Amino acid sequence: MANLILIDYILIAIAGWIAIGVFGLVKIRQTDFVAQVIFPLGGVLGIFLGTLGLIGVFAPVQTELLPLGLPGLPFHVRLDTLSSYFLFVLGIVSTGVSFFSAGYFNKEEDTPAGLICLEYHLCLACMAMLLIADDAYVFMMAWELMSLTATFLVIANHRDAEVRYAGFLYFLIAHVGALALVLCFGILGANTGDYTFAGIRLQQLNMFWASIVFFLSLIGFGAKAGILPLHIWLPEAHPAAPSPISALMSAFVLKTGIYGILRMTFDLLHTQDWKWGGITLALGLATALFGVVLSTVQTDMKRLLAYSSIENIGLILAGIGLTILFSSYGMAGLAALSLTAALFHVASHAAFKSLLFLGTGSVLHSTGERNLGRLGGLMRFMPWTAWPALVGALAAGGLPPFGGFVSEWLLLQSFLFTPGLPNSFLNMLIPIVTAVIVLVGALAAYVMVKFFGIIFLGQPRERKLNEAHDAGIWERMGFSWLVVACICFGLLPVHMARMLDRVTHLLVGDGIGAAVTAGGWLLLVPDTSGRASYMPVVFVMVLLACCVLAYVIVHRVYHGRSRRSGPWACGFPFWTARMQDTAEGFGQPIRHVFGMFFRMTRKLPSEFDKKPYYEIKVEDPFWSLLYRPIAATAGFVSSVAGLLQHGRIAVYLLYSFLTLMFLLLVINQ
Amino acid sequence: MTGIPSQILNLLAALLLLLTFAMLGQRRILSLINLFMLHGIVVVASALLIGYETSNHHLYFSAGLTLAVKVMLIPWILHKLVFRLKVKREVETLINVSVTMLIGIVLVIVAFNIALPVAALSSSVASGTLGIALACVLLSFMMILVRSNAIPQVIGYLTMENGLFFAATAATDGMPLLVELGVALAVIGGTLVVGLFMFQIREHFDDLDIHNLETRKED
Amino acid sequence: MNHYFEFFSQALEIIVALVAAPLLTGWVNQCRAWLQNKSAPSMLQPHRMLHKLFHKEVVMAEHASSLFRMEPYIIFGCMILACGIIPTLSTRLPLSPAADAIALVGLFALGRVFLALAAMDIGTAFGSMGSRREMFIGFLAEPALLMVLFSASLITNSTSLTNIADNLTHRPLAIYPSLAFAGIAFTMVLLAENARVPVDNPATHLELTMIHEALLLEHSGRYLALMEWAASLKLFAYLCIGFAIFSPWGIAEAGHPLALILSIPVLAVKLAVGGAMLAAIETASAKLRIFRVPEFLSMAFLMAVLGMLVHFLLGA
Repeated sequence: MANLILIDYILIAIAGWIAIGVFGLVKIRQTDFVAQVIFPLGGVLGIFLGTLGLIGVFAPVQTELLPLGLPGLPFHVRLDTLSSYFLFVLGIVSTGVSFFSAGYFNKEEDTPAGLICLEYHLCLACMAMLLIADDAYVFMMAWELMSLTATFLVIANHRDAEVRYAGFLYFLIAHVGALALVLCFGILGANTGDYTFAGIRLQQLNMFWASIVFFLSLIGFGAKAGILPLHIWLPEAHPAAPSPISALMSAFVLKTGIYGILRMTFDLLHTQDWKWGGITLALGLATALFGVVLSTVQTDMKRLLAYSSIENIGLILAGIGLTILFSSYGMAGLAALSLTAALFHVASHAAFKSLLFLGTGSVLHSTGERNLGRLGGLMRFMPWTAWPALVGALAAGGLPPFGGFVSEWLLLQSFLFTPGLPNSFLNMLIPIVTAVIVLVGALAAYVMVKFFGIIFLGQPRERKLNEAHDAGIWERMGFSWLVVACICFGLLPVHMARMLDRVTHLLVGDGIGAAVTAGGWLLLVPDTSGRASYMPVVFVMVLLACCVLAYVIVHRVYHGRSRRSGPWACGFPFWTARMQDTAEGFGQPIRHVFGMFFRMTRKLPSEFDKKPYYEIKVEDPFWSLLYRPIAATAGFVSSVAGLLQHGRIAVYLLYSFLTLMFLLLVINQ
Repeated sequence: MTGIPSQILNLLAALLLLLTFAMLGQRRILSLINLFMLHGIVVVASALLIGYETSNHHLYFSAGLTLAVKVMLIPWILHKLVFRLKVKREVETLINVSVTMLIGIVLVIVAFNIALPVAALSSSVASGTLGIALACVLLSFMMILVRSNAIPQVIGYLTMENGLFFAATAATDGMPLLVELGVALAVIGGTLVVGLFMFQIREHFDDLDIHNLETRKED
Repeated sequence: MNHYFEFFSQALEIIVALVAAPLLTGWVNQCRAWLQNKSAPSMLQPHRMLHKLFHKEVVMAEHASSLFRMEPYIIFGCMILACGIIPTLSTRLPLSPAADAIALVGLFALGRVFLALAAMDIGTAFGSMGSRREMFIGFLAEPALLMVLFSASLITNSTSLTNIADNLTHRPLAIYPSLAFAGIAFTMVLLAENARVPVDNPATHLELTMIHEALLLEHSGRYLALMEWAASLKLFAYLCIGFAIFSPWGIAEAGHPLALILSIPVLAVKLAVGGAMLAAIETASAKLRIFRVPEFLSMAFLMAVLGMLVHFLLGA
C-alpha cells in the first residue's frame, strides 16, 4: 500500500465511481437518498480525478499492469500527458453534471434513480478507464461498456417510443463504429500478435496499411464523435436523453472519439500522410458547416444544441486535420499551434455545452416544454438559470472574452501561418478554408442569439410559463461550477497553453510553450509578440472599466431617472406574445440562403382553405441520401437471402448434407 | 516589387480579374456591355504598356485593332441589337449568383496553380499575370455556361478572346501580326453571324431565351 | 517617461474618438444634403441631440429585464475599447497587445449580439425582426471583414493592427493589387455594418425596411443617446480601420509629441474625405431588397478572398 503513484490514485477514483454506482443499485428506490447523497459523492470524486489529471499533465509517463481480466490477458494501463489532459476535462465536466443531477434526479423518471446512478457512474468509470488504457483489449472493453451504459442512459424515459428509437439508433451506429475499431486494432496487432499499445508503437507499417488503419479509425472514432455522415444518431439521442445525460454525452462522450483519433494518428501511427490531413480537414469543415446550418433551423431546443455539438466537433476535427497536414511536412511548431487550438476547444466546448444542456434541463423541468415555440420570457422567472445560460451562449458563440473565442483565435492564427506549406495548391485553398471557419463562427453566434433570445427573452408564449420555478440549490451549484470553468478558460489561456504544450510535445514533438511563457501569464502569444497577441484579462478589465465609467459619468452629469410604461411597439394599439418571432421565423433567412443543405417540405395555405395553415418540415438530408437507401438495400438483400429459408426440414437437412459433401471434396484436393 | 511598369501591369491584371468577376455577377444586359467595353480598354492599356516597355511596335497595331474592334465596333453592334430586338433588360441565371461566384473562385485557384510553374519559366515583364489571364478565360467560359440568354453568351465568348489576347501579350510579347488580323476578322465575322442568328431566333420565338431552342430537338 | 506618453496618447485617442464621432455623422449628413441640393443642419446637431437625450427621462417597458438596462453601457464600452485598439492617432498604444484584428472583429460581434438580445428582450414584433436581420447581416459581413484583415496581415506578417499600420507606412510606395481588392471589399462591408444605403437606410421611418433602426425602437432617454453615440463611434472606428490599412501615413509613431499633435489635423482631413466619399456612395446607390443583401455581401466576401489569392500569385 506504500508507494502509490499517480496512476494508482486514478484507479482508486475509477473504483470509487464503480462502488458508488453499485451502492446506488442497492438503494434503488430511494430517490432522495440517491440524488442528494450519492450524486454529490460522485461529483467530489470528479473533482479528485480532475486534480489528478492536472497533476498528471506535468508528471512523467507511468504504466501499470493490473491482474484483472482473463488469465493470461492482464490489463495494461498507462498515464501520459494526453490521457491526463482528457482526465482533467472529464473531471471538470463530471463534477458540474453530477452536482446538477443531484437536484435533477430528485424527480421521478421512468427508470428508478438508483439504476440511473449505476449506469451514470459506470459510464464515467469506463470513460476514465479507456483514457488510461494501454492495450486494445482494455480499450475495446471500456469502449463497449461505455456505449452500453450510454444507451441505457439515453433510454431512461423508455415509455416514450421516440426515446426508444433514439436509443436503438445510437446503439446501432456505435456498433458500426466499434466494428471498424476492432478491424483497425486487428490490423495493427496482426503482424506480431501483440495487441498492447507498447507493442503497436514499435511497429512500422507501410503507407498503404497505415492509411487503411487511419481511415478505419476515422470511421470508428468518428461514429462516436458524430462526424459526417455518421452523425445521424446525435440529433435523436441527445434530445431524447435526460438533460444531465445529454450534457455528459455532448461534453465528453463525443470527446472520447477525438481522443481515439489523436491517440491513433499521432501515437500509434508515427508518420502521417498529407492526404490524411487534407481529407480530415475537409471532413471537419463539412461537418462544422452542416451542423451549424442545421442548428439554425431547429425548433426543439435540445436538437439545436445537438447540431451545435456536431459543429464544434467539426471545428476540432478541422484543427486536427491541419495538424496532420503540418506534421506530415515536418513543420512541428505549426502543428503544435493548431493542435493546441483543437485541444483548447475540446475543453472549452465541454464546459459551455454542458452548461447549456443543463440550462435546458432546468427549463424542461420547470415548464415541461422542449419546443422553442412555446417558451419565452423566462428570464424574469428563472434568473438563476438564465444568467449562466447567457454565459454559456456567449461562450458558444465564440465571443471574447470566453473560452470559445480563444480556441477560434488560435485556430485562425495557425491558418495564417500556412503560406509556408510547400504545396502551392494547398496554400491557395487556405483562404477558402479560413473563410469557411469564420463563416461557421459567425453562424454559431446567430444560433446562440436565437437560442437564448427565444427561450429567455421576450414575452412568454404560453400562459403556463408564468408559473415557472427557478433551479434548486444543487442545480445552482452545478451551474456555478461550469460558469467558473467557462470564465477561467477564457481568462487564463496562458496556463492552459502551458499545459497543452506538454501534450503537444508528446504528440507532434514541439509546443508553443516557449513563446507563451515568454509573455507572462497575462499575454497569450503564439509565436512572437510582434505577430499576434491577446490579453483577455486586460480586455475584460478595460471593457468593464469603460462600462462602469460611462454609467457613473452619465449619472453624475445628467441624471438616472427612469419610468416604466407599456412598450412602444411602434404605436400599435395592441400586441400579443404571439407577434414575436417564432423559432422558424428566426431561422428563415438562413434557410433561404442555405436551402440546398436540407430537405424541406412546405405546405402553403391557398386562398380557398377554410382554415389556412402553414406547415414546414426540415429534415436532415442524410436520411434520404444515405441511410434510407442503405436500409432498403439491407432489406432487399435479406429478402433475397430469405429465399433460402423454406421452413421444410428436408431442405435444411439437404443443406447440411451438401455442405458435408463439399468439405469432403475440398479435403480430397 | 520590381519597377513601376511591373506594378502597373499587376494592377491592370487585377482590374481585369475584377471586371470579369463583375460581369459574372451582373444581371443587367446594358451594364454587361459597358463592363465589356471597360474590359477591352484595360486589355488595350496593358498591350500599350507592354509594347512601350519592350519596344515591340507591332503591339501598338494590335492594341489599335483591339480598340477599334472590341471597344468601339462590337459594343455598338450589341447596343443596336439590344434596342432593335427589344431584348429583356434583365437576365436570370441558371444557378444563383452566390454559387456561381464560389465556383468562379475555385476556377481561379485552379488557373493560378496551373500558371505558377509556367510563370517561373517566362522572362517577360508580366510573367505573374499569366495566371490571371487563364482565370479570365475560364471565368468567361463559365459565363457562357450559366447564362440562358444569347447576348451574355456572346459577350462571354468575346471576353474569352480578350483573355487569350492578354495571355499572349503577357507571356510571349504578343502574337504575330498576321495571326492578330486573322483573329480580328474571325471575331467580326463571328459576331455578324451570331447577330444574324439572333434575328432569326427572335423572328421565330419572339424571345432570345436559348431554352426555346431546346424545343426544336427531335423527339 | 515614454510610458506616460503612451498612456497619454491612448487617452487622447479615446477622447478624440468620443468628440469626433458625432461630428463625423453630422459631416456625412451635410455632404449628403449638399449632393441632394438641400441645406443640412449644422455639424454640431448630433452633439446637441445627444445632449437633449441625456437630459430626458428613460421610459422603459414594464417587463424589461436587467439585461436591457445594462446593454447600452456594454455596447458603448465595446465601441470605446474598439476605438482604443485601432491606431487612429498613434501606433504606440498600450492597449494594442491586448487585442489584435481578430479580437477586434470579435469585439464588434459582442456588441452586435448584445444589441440583438436587447431588442428581443421586450418581445415586440419589430424588435425580434430587427434582431434577426441584424444577425443575418452580421453573419455575412463579419467573415468578409476578417478576410480583408487577413489580406493585410498576409502582406505584413502580423495580425496586430498597430503593426500592420507601422509596416505599411514604412514600405516603399507600391501598388498592391491584393489591397485594392481588399479595399473594395472593405467599403462594401463598411456600408453593410454601419447601416448605410445600399444595405439599410439610416433615415428611414418605415419599420418594415429597418434593420438597425428597428433595434433602437424601445430605447429612450440616456439609453438611446448611448446607442446613437455607439453607432457613430462604430462608423468612426470602421473608417479608421480603413485608414490604418489603406492610407496609414500621418499616424504618429514612437512617441514624438510633435507627430502626435500633427496627426490630429491629418486624421481630420482623412475623415472629411472619407465622409464625403461615403455620402457620395450613399447618394448614388439605391437601397437593396433584403434578399439581395446576401449577394452584395457575398460579392464583398469573394472580393476579399480574391485579394488573398492574388497575393499568393503575384506576391503583392
